[in-house]
Amino acid sequence: MTELATTSDDGASALRPPGWTAIPRAVWPVVVGVVLAYCLQELVVPNTPTFSSVIAFAGINILLAVSLNLVNGFAGQFSIGHAGFMAVGGYFGASIVYYGSYAIYGDFNFHGGYLSYLGSARSTPSMPLLGGELLFLAGCILGGLLSVAAGYLVGLPSLRLRGDYLAIVTLGFGEIVRVLLEGTPSQISPYGTLSSVDQVIVDKSSFFGLLHRVGGPQAFNGLPTYASHFWIYVWVAIVLAVAVRVKYSGYGRSLLSIREDLVAARSIGVDVTKYNVRAFMLSAFFAGIAGVLTALYVGQIKAGDLGFSRSFEIIIMVVLGGLGSISGAFMAAILLTFLPEVLRDPPRIYDPTVLAVIAVLALIAAVRARHRWRVLGLIVGVCLAYELARWGADVSGRKLSDFRMIIYAAVLVLLMILRPQGLLGVHEIWEVWPLNKLPFLRRPLRSSSTATAGAVALQEKR
Amino acid sequence: MTSFFQIIADGISIGALYALVALGYTLVYGILQFINFAHSDVFALGAWASLTAAAMLGLSSAFGAQVPPFYLTLLVLLAAMVVCGAFGYAIERLAYRPLRNAPRLNVLITAIGVSLLLQNIGQLEIFRAKNQGMTVYSIPFGPFPRVMPPMIVNESITFLGVTFNTVDLIILAVAMVIMIGIEWMIFHTKIGLAMRAVSFNHRTAALMGVNVDRVVSFTFVTGAVLAGAAGFLYCLKYPQLRQTADTMWVLFGLKGFVAAVVGGIGNIRGAMLGGLCIGLIEFLGVSTISSDYRDVYVFSILIVVLLVRPNGILGKAVVEKV
Repeated sequence: MTELATTSDDGASALRPPGWTAIPRAVWPVVVGVVLAYCLQELVVPNTPTFSSVIAFAGINILLAVSLNLVNGFAGQFSIGHAGFMAVGGYFGASIVYYGSYAIYGDFNFHGGYLSYLGSARSTPSMPLLGGELLFLAGCILGGLLSVAAGYLVGLPSLRLRGDYLAIVTLGFGEIVRVLLEGTPSQISPYGTLSSVDQVIVDKSSFFGLLHRVGGPQAFNGLPTYASHFWIYVWVAIVLAVAVRVKYSGYGRSLLSIREDLVAARSIGVDVTKYNVRAFMLSAFFAGIAGVLTALYVGQIKAGDLGFSRSFEIIIMVVLGGLGSISGAFMAAILLTFLPEVLRDPPRIYDPTVLAVIAVLALIAAVRARHRWRVLGLIVGVCLAYELARWGADVSGRKLSDFRMIIYAAVLVLLMILRPQGLLGVHEIWEVWPLNKLPFLRRPLRSSSTATAGAVALQEKR
Repeated sequence: MTSFFQIIADGISIGALYALVALGYTLVYGILQFINFAHSDVFALGAWASLTAAAMLGLSSAFGAQVPPFYLTLLVLLAAMVVCGAFGYAIERLAYRPLRNAPRLNVLITAIGVSLLLQNIGQLEIFRAKNQGMTVYSIPFGPFPRVMPPMIVNESITFLGVTFNTVDLIILAVAMVIMIGIEWMIFHTKIGLAMRAVSFNHRTAALMGVNVDRVVSFTFVTGAVLAGAAGFLYCLKYPQLRQTADTMWVLFGLKGFVAAVVGGIGNIRGAMLGGLCIGLIEFLGVSTISSDYRDVYVFSILIVVLLVRPNGILGKAVVEKV
């Protein structure tokens, strides 16, 4: 991050085309991410068995939210068909891994290497390092690439459409994908119950003829579960690095200019269509990979679950975090993945730890905010509402997590009325007090604030 | 050839429903320039409200499989329209009015939020009335599908080899009456004049003494009342009602929106024409290609229309102002 800042501060080097020195700057966040992901799988997940699957889904949601932010937040094109890209990539990647596994190994079983082993399976590695992992990675990349093709198709109408119309087109795209996938023929069964017709079809030479047999209205089941926490968080690291580098590049600034004022952007020579389509393609790539990861973590993928309600979930994450804020989308994805788990057995608010957290939050709010009493009142009100809801749920014999979607929807509406820019707005977390007081974060702040200054000015004007 | 006319008859009957839903979208879009995503949920509310009203009037048990007298049916229709109108007013007042001058993206997100809120509140079951062990009605509607009691005599009439159902004829008649009423209201009454003025320009209309808030509220209520009527007609045609968060409701509402776009959004006659077109296209696709892909045809038509003629069949091209 610091290196990135030094080049942006130095005007002369920013004009020079990036040479080979750009490579380490692009790669080191990913390397750090790989190390962190490995530590996560080795140290954190084995010690938190209750939350292990939640941690995995949080990673997938981060991938989805950050990638959707590229289109909705950076380019300002409101896409509500993200689950459609997920379905395209997920089904394609899953069928490649599934039938590829059959073509290479002769069965549908797990042939993973070291990195994909979870829990007890680790003690008996049947293959050396990177056994089935190469197949899995190929599935990821190819699924992502098919999503890119879909993103190209969906991005093209943004040539003529904007705002509401584009939203409806992306929604329509997602539904078309879902309906088409639900009309596919049933999959080849892994359990040795192949009929004679299927026996003929299952032939290594007709591998590509098999790829569309993905289960129809039932789920596409029995997939080998290659997507461990390690792989999920490696992709998270990649998407974060890509998003940050896109945001602070010339391309990213063009996208931001399209978001702020399309006509003005066009008048200073930004090729709006090209940039929009590119944003769609980049976003779709990671959505497709998130689809593959979901499929290969759970072991099944179902088109019915990838309708617009899934898209809306991702949108809520992006909007809550702040449209245009990478760290906002990151935090909102984690928050909204863990929230239902916490609400399943909600802690009482008068526990000392929870009270302490609320006190700290209120203190921060009181120091920071211009209208400090309003913010304090909001916090107290939310706590009261929470406690009332917990009590009501107890009395009526329901769980608070049953009200998850109601709470989300109410939060969405209230957020739009009270704080329309989301939690962080267009800022990143390191631009927000008190983090911007830290000395080692000052330089990135100075460089990144130019990217957001115009947006902030516009928002304040509104 | 008979089957072709049969397809047209079926398409027109469902198309009239789409047109009613499309009218709600197009009225709101014409005035506020945003897609009211919650409209499909108001439509679902209309269907469920008419079921609840019918159950509360005791229609299912009192008359058995018999058909109740016509004034009770009208009462049920009225109940659905009143409930939907009230909800339409509340939605506009609480969710959309605070955002009147906000960026359009925020309003769109709010609309999605309201839609999710209505869907998921509808899935709760706070109060439940039972009769002989059977749940007669519950408020809100709960997670289980229900069956609408019979409201009218449903006979099929064969005319020139084409079979009509009484329900279809009633739908068509009610839709025609409502549409002519709306058309008359927009072009021949004072409030219609105010609506046209507000849709032309908010500020100027306000300067000319039009109460913009009242006109917008009135438009919302009108759209919601139409959605309520459409919901009632929907239950007459398809008595098996699914839960409120079912994809089907949103898809039906979206097809209504597609109808509005195809006809030219913001245009009343366009909404009617678009509704009929969408109904016909859907049934043509279902009968000639496959019934599995019925949603695909409609959304493909949407994309084609948006790419070829973005302002719809009857819409006028709008020049973008800088």
